[in-house]
Amino acid sequence: MLNRRRFLMSTAAAGAAGFAALHLSPAFAQDAPQIQIFVPAAPGGGWDQTARTMDQVLRSEKLISGSQITNVGGAGGTVGLPQFINQWNGKGNSMMVAGMVMVGAIIANKSANNLTEVTPIARLTGEFEALVVPAASPFQTAADFIAALKADPTKVPVAGGSAGGSDHILFGLIAKTAGVPATNLSYVPFAGGGEALSALLGNQVAAGISGFGEFSEQVKAGALRLLAISADKPQEGIDAPTLKEAGIDVELFNWRGVFAPPGVSDADKAALVTLVETMAKSEAWATECKNRNWTQILLTGDDYAKFLTEDTARIGAILRDLGLA
Amino acid sequence: METLGHLANGFSVAFTPVNLMWCLLGTTLGTAIGVLPGLGPALTIALLLPITYQVAPEASFILFAGIYYGAMYGGSTTSILLNTPGESATIVTALEGNRMARSGRGGAALATSAIGSFVAGTIGTLGVAFLAPIVVKFALSFGPAEYFSLMVLAFITVSAVLGSSSVRGLTSLFVGFVIGMIGVDLQTGQPRFTFGMNELLDGVDVIIVAVGLFAVGETLYMASRRYAGKDEIVPLKGSLYMTAAEWSRSWKPWLRGAAIGFPIGAMPAGGAEIPTFLSYAIEKKLSKHKEEFGTVGAIEGVAGPEAANNASAAGVLVPMLTLGLPTSATAAIMLSAFQSYGINPGPLLLTTQANLVWGLIASLFIANVILVILNLPLIGLWVRLLKIPAPQLYAGILVFATVGTYGISQSPIDLVILYLLGAAGFLMRRFDFPTAPVIIGMILGPLAETQFRRAMTISNGDWSVFYTHKLSLTLLTLAFIGLAGPHIWAFIEHRRRRGPEHVPGDA
Repeated sequence: MLNRRRFLMSTAAAGAAGFAALHLSPAFAQDAPQIQIFVPAAPGGGWDQTARTMDQVLRSEKLISGSQITNVGGAGGTVGLPQFINQWNGKGNSMMVAGMVMVGAIIANKSANNLTEVTPIARLTGEFEALVVPAASPFQTAADFIAALKADPTKVPVAGGSAGGSDHILFGLIAKTAGVPATNLSYVPFAGGGEALSALLGNQVAAGISGFGEFSEQVKAGALRLLAISADKPQEGIDAPTLKEAGIDVELFNWRGVFAPPGVSDADKAALVTLVETMAKSEAWATECKNRNWTQILLTGDDYAKFLTEDTARIGAILRDLGLA
Repeated sequence: METLGHLANGFSVAFTPVNLMWCLLGTTLGTAIGVLPGLGPALTIALLLPITYQVAPEASFILFAGIYYGAMYGGSTTSILLNTPGESATIVTALEGNRMARSGRGGAALATSAIGSFVAGTIGTLGVAFLAPIVVKFALSFGPAEYFSLMVLAFITVSAVLGSSSVRGLTSLFVGFVIGMIGVDLQTGQPRFTFGMNELLDGVDVIIVAVGLFAVGETLYMASRRYAGKDEIVPLKGSLYMTAAEWSRSWKPWLRGAAIGFPIGAMPAGGAEIPTFLSYAIEKKLSKHKEEFGTVGAIEGVAGPEAANNASAAGVLVPMLTLGLPTSATAAIMLSAFQSYGINPGPLLLTTQANLVWGLIASLFIANVILVILNLPLIGLWVRLLKIPAPQLYAGILVFATVGTYGISQSPIDLVILYLLGAAGFLMRRFDFPTAPVIIGMILGPLAETQFRRAMTISNGDWSVFYTHKLSLTLLTLAFIGLAGPHIWAFIEHRRRRGPEHVPGDA
């Protein structure tokens, strides 16, 4: 087989991937390293897509000769994390994809391991969230929504992703800033984006919070109205204020980044940081991010470690307010 | 008429040699992964996502759609022959299909499921092409209250699979509830019945439970009765394919299955399992051969559910193509494939990517034809599996079940669960508890719970939502009729028969 990627899977899919491999034309650079990427989630989700897009860009930029992606899914990444910490200890040239969802899952699941045990390499991308209402909703602005929430939070059911996930966390942060007790909120969690969307389109709930990409097409088609986004600054082509502009001092990116295993040498760590930085500055990476609605929020090394500590504290506090930790 | 023009255009996209090749490849691959219990279409498409960097969007979607439809065909094969469901949507098929296979009608069971899949798949695809805008409107009117009422209706009809003793049947059903509750509670994020194990936080996969109870349990049971000389498998009795009588018993279940499967598949929380339960229950009720259910195997019990699951697979594409709503794991991954092409799936997809969407729909018609041509000749080969002597055959099933289960998430814990459930399945079989209600309880229980709690959260604790919403009230009324109807009918019938000798004042 031309490329060296091996997937952990049963024989039939191996055959299938082999076929796919025939159509990929990996560019080999003799001295480029082979890397291993650990994805603590099943194939197809955001972390997995990050890993596979990284593999694609790194190879097309001739920064690596190939990569091997391992998926160990389950429970917001807390099943895979102990395995990465114990079995990948000290391995250079290897990285794990993780993000804000894992920070929340570690706290909510009271996981024995956490992200301070691995080596932060870089925060790569983030997706800001959107607050939307059905087109027929009486809420015209974020202020209308906040006013209703203040009047009686139980009358404003809000749909979003799973309990304790980034959508729920943002709702908690918004309520906290507005002075509404988190325990009174009426949050309706859905397993997948599709189900939450259909509840909005069917006028079953008052508002919805999820990644901007989940809603953008519906907003464009006029089926949903965008009240605010959780980005740090106004975004080009998006006709809605940030939460801060709307008077709610909250900013949130559902970020994703990469980590090296514990116990890697400083040289290995520096090499990975350089590798990821070079990739993040490439044109190919910028195109992929644009296609997937990922905002680039690159932060590497020690700055990343500092950010991680702060974000863990912030998420922990809001999850406790929501009664989840 | 406009639709016909689009469709013709779609066929011109799909009928290029290259795209036909992708379709053939997808359907073949789909059939293969459908046969394996651990590999579903969602995982396969996810692993093939990198292909989107290399080929045109039309080609990769035709490939993915072929895999998706193919898996629906392939899943029934192992359900029927080995009692090992490859997909959750084919669990019900195992109930009658495996009985038929044991009594020498495996060929007919495979044929009715292949042809039924073709008929329902084609009806479903026609539905996607012509009815999508109407169906999606209906599907969106289903809120949590309506879903809960639909679950109530499904629970009532489930009595059809409870077996001869309701107490034993209900016991199994409640065991299913408990297994279904394992994992993080979606509404509150709190773990339930996980005993501190991270591996259990996502719950137990329904395929593991089905394979454990059906295949492993059955194998242990057979091994324990090796010398009793009963339960012999007859490889083939009569013709390989369906007889005239079997044809006439199959066609109505196919149509009814398609009629149930398509709209429920189109509902955002409908899924492919519930229509198979409903179809099975209806066929059992309407069949003139009730004595064959659970004994030698009734062909209606295979034809209906198989048609229902294929039609629901088509139904899932309705919200995906018209609104960009992913309502199943496979649809979600197909949508992320759209994104790698920089296409944003949403309500505007049909207008901005007409060629792609109609090419995809046209290729679904082609995939259906290819699949039925591919599957019918294979039946002769598959049925030979049953000629393998019992010890080797059952050993093979055990290996197959183990490998397949490990394939789901490469977790050793899954294997432990599989064998624990296998032991439970053996005991249940030994003491005559039906196993099917466990699966049904496991799927319906958590769904009903989630929808009920969602409805209550939205309405702020007001129960009236269940009877003030018209759709919900209709479904609950149907459920009531289903529950009380037969008793009332029997009572009237009883009265009428007694009529002549029953004189007022006489009693």
